Amino acid sequence: MTFYGYRRPDGRVGVRNKVLILPASVCASDTTRIISQQVVGSVTFNNQLGCSQVASDQQFTMDVMAGYAANPNIYGTVVVSLGCENCQMDLVVKAIRERTNKPIKQVIIQEAGGTLKAVDIAVRYAKEMVEQASLLQKEEFPISELIIGTECGGSDPTSGLAANVLIGQLSDLIVEAGGTSILSETTEFIGAEHILARRAATPEVRERIFDIVHRYEKALQLVGEEVREGNPAPGNKAGGITTLEEKSLGCIHKGGHTPVMEVYDYAKQVEAKKGLVIMDTPGNDPSSVAAMVAGGAQVVVFSTGRGSPTGNPIAPVIKITGNRITFANMEDNIDVDASPLIYGGDLKQMGDALLQLVQEVASGRQTKAESLGYTEMAIARVCNFV
Amino acid sequence: MRNAIIIDSKDNVIVAIEPIAKGETVTYLCGDQEKTLTARQDIIIYHKLAARDIAAGEPVVKYGEHIGVATADIQAGEHVHEHNVEGRRENLDEKV
Repeated sequence: MTFYGYRRPDGRVGVRNKVLILPASVCASDTTRIISQQVVGSVTFNNQLGCSQVASDQQFTMDVMAGYAANPNIYGTVVVSLGCENCQMDLVVKAIRERTNKPIKQVIIQEAGGTLKAVDIAVRYAKEMVEQASLLQKEEFPISELIIGTECGGSDPTSGLAANVLIGQLSDLIVEAGGTSILSETTEFIGAEHILARRAATPEVRERIFDIVHRYEKALQLVGEEVREGNPAPGNKAGGITTLEEKSLGCIHKGGHTPVMEVYDYAKQVEAKKGLVIMDTPGNDPSSVAAMVAGGAQVVVFSTGRGSPTGNPIAPVIKITGNRITFANMEDNIDVDASPLIYGGDLKQMGDALLQLVQEVASGRQTKAESLGYTEMAIARVCNFV
Repeated sequence: MRNAIIIDSKDNVIVAIEPIAKGETVTYLCGDQEKTLTARQDIIIYHKLAARDIAAGEPVVKYGEHIGVATADIQAGEHVHEHNVEGRRENLDEKV
């Protein structure tokens, strides 16, 4: 089983070939939007952070920025900073360099002499990088090179009955083929963490699974809140999910049946060819997907019960629903109808078909979120700005 | 026609996989045994109903695991949701 991808100088393999215009802070985000609009083949995102953050909070932002630049779907990166923010240019470049040796260019708005001059320099850097990227030829690689991020958003009871079960089957196939599958969303392990802990490959991994769940609950309690106040969300409940525990027990199906080999902190670099791993992310979809993509996921598979259009600027997102009504209602947004699984469909057959789709998407087939231009994302927070 | 499913044989709730009207017969397969009961209320598709009587204070079981605790006596065939179940944090460290 193979796909056609792009070989990067750091040894990793991309499934897309984009140039990233990376805003180091909120104060550079409109500038990167203006730059990216002028360079076909580039992507950017709205970074609402990057300044006035305490160290642990800033670390999440730095890891997402560095991880995005290092993600193998990116050919090279033009970093744009304002100049005075906490996420200083040299820190951002150092963080990227710790993960990859791919091309980097730098533009500091205050040093360039304002918006128009910074945009002029950055657009020229980016255009040259896109031209270099366009010379690359795709090569054939085994699917063991893939890191798959798994996510569920706008869940309903069909997520746990069908869509997440199908993603779990895909996860098992990817692991069997020698690749990596990431299970995320720590808030949606609550009430099901013992099931994951039983599957831990080592006592250390078992401890880490309990630790990330308890740490998350305690962090919310520190500000006087309880995780179940906003979770399940109103749409989850309208769909028929009653409690957080019920949502979690459906959520963890995305992890299939293989041992949990490792637990990664938010947005940290994930090893390829590692099997099933967990990343400590929020249940909030755009910030969880962002962390897995920063970890190196080239493709994301995303289940939805209520219907979600969410994409990502760097990785293609494949949408799957187990709800036949939602599929009929939002077919423009959803790639796969997993609802036959509820009505007697064959899991093995549908898993093989999903793996085939992942291979096609990895080789360049557009997902619906890609074709509609969905690139929203968020970065998790530890606490308020300072 | 089967219009509900049970996920795990330990479960005391089943899931409607078709819209079910009050008074309608609910049919599901448990193992290789077909079971039936009568819906006491309209059940929205994919919502839960009690497979048997559940006493207030008893755990509500789906996926073979506790999803919460009954806050009222629930009769077989009744809709099971926020009005008669609440989540309860259990210490699961010891369940491994």
